[in-house]
Amino acid sequence: MNVIPKGTWVEIERVLLQPEDRAPHLPEETRICPYVLRISGFLQEDAELGAQVTVRSLIGHTHQGVLKVVNPSYSHSFGATVPELLHIGVRP
Amino acid sequence: MKDMSYQAVMGRRNEIMKASLGIDFTDFIQSPIAFDYERMMRETGYALEDIVRIQAETKVGNTPLFELTNLTEAVRAFAGPGKGARILVKDEAANAGGSFKARRAAISAFEAKKRGYKGLVAATSGNYGAAVASQAAMRGLKCIIVQEVFDSRGVGQPEILEKSRACEAYGAEVQRLSVGPELFFQLLLTLETTGFFNASLYTPFGIKGVETLGVEVAEQVRARYGKDPDAVVITHAGGGNLTGTARGLIAAGSTGTRVVACSVDLGGLHMASDTDFNRKSFTTGHTGFGVPFATWPDRVDVPRNAARSLRYMDEYQLVTQGEVFYVTELLAKLEGLERGPAGNTSLTAAVTLARTMDRDQIVVVQETEYTGAGKHHNRQLSFARENGIEVRVGDPRENVPGKAIVIPERLDQVQGSVQDMEKLRMSYLRNAAKAHPAALWTGADRAFLAADLKKDIDWVATAAATL
Repeated sequence: MNVIPKGTWVEIERVLLQPEDRAPHLPEETRICPYVLRISGFLQEDAELGAQVTVRSLIGHTHQGVLKVVNPSYSHSFGATVPELLHIGVRP
Repeated sequence: MKDMSYQAVMGRRNEIMKASLGIDFTDFIQSPIAFDYERMMRETGYALEDIVRIQAETKVGNTPLFELTNLTEAVRAFAGPGKGARILVKDEAANAGGSFKARRAAISAFEAKKRGYKGLVAATSGNYGAAVASQAAMRGLKCIIVQEVFDSRGVGQPEILEKSRACEAYGAEVQRLSVGPELFFQLLLTLETTGFFNASLYTPFGIKGVETLGVEVAEQVRARYGKDPDAVVITHAGGGNLTGTARGLIAAGSTGTRVVACSVDLGGLHMASDTDFNRKSFTTGHTGFGVPFATWPDRVDVPRNAARSLRYMDEYQLVTQGEVFYVTELLAKLEGLERGPAGNTSLTAAVTLARTMDRDQIVVVQETEYTGAGKHHNRQLSFARENGIEVRVGDPRENVPGKAIVIPERLDQVQGSVQDMEKLRMSYLRNAAKAHPAALWTGADRAFLAADLKKDIDWVATAAATL
């Protein structure tokens, strides 16, 4: 297994509430899911993916959770072109 | 060790709120429904000139007001004779953080700093997160943003992913959460464990901060056109944007201006549904917030909400997702402005209003927001398509939230729909009666309700009798 070195920027995940502990009156499709937190931070000890770890966030607070992603990144985009928009405002 | 279960944390909400806000709401509360709203705004807020100064310190306010001449001409091309009011837009994207929300965040950050808090927490999936993070950065405060981001498949709404990115870019800790109203539970837990300030959107600070926007609109329109705006259109979700802007207009003496709310119609989609979550192409400014917050403001993260939209609202328009996407694209093509969905929601309503108003009248869209990857309307539409929603060109009246987004063929098909204000007011009264039975309402309660509904006491008495 690959050991991720201490200090690496990672994302962890933690279940905050199991389905049975969630708020009352949720729609069924929400009620059956655990309530989950994801947070990024600097890994506080060498660890492998899937391990229970501690991270230190950008503001220096520590959080525990399961190590999920190494070097989490944003890849949201402008999406595939939607041709239905292209007729709008085009002047002859 | 404190009990951290959902019930236990929710049970501690009042003490957590008090410690994290420093406002004792019991000072103002008169009954389960009534409270002294104006005294609360006066005594816990700041004077207008203080707010202007505080906002100027952190790159907020005094944004440009543009006349959209090409869009106005496009409306006049199909409006009846003599019709087609001038459409103006207040470019709030120019604020630090990219939206009008900086006005609200600026005052919360200033207050937190003044009172010695080490940091701020806000629960928001909207532009407010970036605004708080940006203001906190300038004031040297730590910032935590608690966001609802992804569904149980782990798929994040692209617009909210962009907001996560922006918050981290400004140095905040971002707690990304799955779908559910327990966002509030996590906010409470975070406030309790950190001792940070609650930068709620609904405190007097959050609302007073928006008053400068209404004042600027009135003053800029007067300076350029020698008259007050005839109508101001405001994208409506939680009610703070409308409340603050309308209060600012009144403070500037622009009392004859029609205050028009506008939301995107997402009727039929459940806000707490894991499966509906990514079937919405708008993350705010929609009816899922706009209607419940108008008809019962005190459903928020503070004991009494300073954002009370029906107190100021003259009219409430709904527009479809397809109509807003059309107008967003048109704004870029005709006016050279690429802007995000929040301001373009009210711009869409402005098109429908301008069409029925006289040419010498003025309608102001009082905000824009930044756009970019994730937020961009092209991404929202491609994401909708990936989630099984039909996207086509046609008659926008065939739009079905969560099923079909119909993009108009022509601008004259952008029509929106007007909400029945009396129905909204009756819905508010029914909610008030749930909070405190109508049989127990005193004269003070009826006076409060009348002010909160922009009606007189006789109207409240008559309406209450029909509940």
